Amino acid sequence: MIYWELFIAFLIPGILGYGGGPAAIPLVQVEVVERYGWMTNAEFSEMVAAANALPGPIATKMAGFVGYDQAGVLGALIALFAAVGPSLLMMILLLNLIWKHKESVYVKSLTRWIRPIIAVLLVVMTYDFLGDSFDMNGIWVTLILLVGSYFLLERVKLHPALVILLALGFGAVTTYI
Amino acid sequence: MVTPHKEVPLERPKGQLYKELASGFFRVGIFGFGGGPSSIPLVHAEAVKKYEWMTDDEFGDVLALANTMPGPIATKMAGYIGYRVAGWIGMLIALAVNVIPTVIAVIVLLKVLEAYKELPVVQNMAHAVIPVVTVMLGVLAWDFVKKSGETIGWMKAAGTLTVAFIAMYLLNIHPAFVILAVFALIFSPLLMKGRNRT
Repeated sequence: MIYWELFIAFLIPGILGYGGGPAAIPLVQVEVVERYGWMTNAEFSEMVAAANALPGPIATKMAGFVGYDQAGVLGALIALFAAVGPSLLMMILLLNLIWKHKESVYVKSLTRWIRPIIAVLLVVMTYDFLGDSFDMNGIWVTLILLVGSYFLLERVKLHPALVILLALGFGAVTTYI
Repeated sequence: MVTPHKEVPLERPKGQLYKELASGFFRVGIFGFGGGPSSIPLVHAEAVKKYEWMTDDEFGDVLALANTMPGPIATKMAGYIGYRVAGWIGMLIALAVNVIPTVIAVIVLLKVLEAYKELPVVQNMAHAVIPVVTVMLGVLAWDFVKKSGETIGWMKAAGTLTVAFIAMYLLNIHPAFVILAVFALIFSPLLMKGRNRT
């Protein structure tokens, strides 16, 4: 059943996504693209781009969109609840317990050792997206966009939303030349 | 450093607190470009500076606590601060105004794009975005790799990265199980200790 699948698909990134919303991106990709096949990698990257271009938390935007896309408003609400609810409830209910162990080696090392796993997922996803871009844009356009967006994002520190808008403009212009 | 966690009720009527939460977290949601972590300073501006729901120190503690828990950081902050300021209803209000406007925006944007998907212009635009996302992910990936090396040491980090890669991509184990294995490994000394004591 789709509602149950949506719940599970966003529950897992919600409770295992250590490192905030962005850490959930590869976990969402595993569920949405690889496990349930609701979208292709290309569609997924369009969603990430759109979600990045808009303000607000990224994980919830993905949950809301995929939920709505698969099962309407109720689907969106269920996916949102799964992404947000459990970790928030945990935070509120286990508050005092965690508070006492805030400085605990165990809680700290959890984040530390989960980080490399998320790193692997991110590296592989980056590689997949690179392949997709070669297929769709060709090598030269891909290289221009890669170098250009790296420069603008990391050197000029331009806002991601603006870089995405520029890329959209670039894509539109190349249609007519 | 650990301040006792006492709920200090704010001397304001509930109705006013609800309104404050609604406008505060609405702004955090619609101005927080760049995902959850980038909205942290915005939350600080509303919670500490504008509405004085908490002190600077309390805010720091909430942030540290939110970081030890999984899940999106911005919604944990919104939900928890809403709860602390005005109970469960406060939590729901803060969450709803934080999340719903941008979710609607993303749905509308992608649906409009989908409707014009066949146009070559739209296709080229969609394709041109992929390398940008690739760079964003690549940078994020490198951040995670670097931070792993810095916190657990480069040798251990390289080992963990290799093991995680083999488990997830060669053995096709779901990432959830790999992460749960980390939980098990980290907490097993605790369990052992407990058993020895009895």
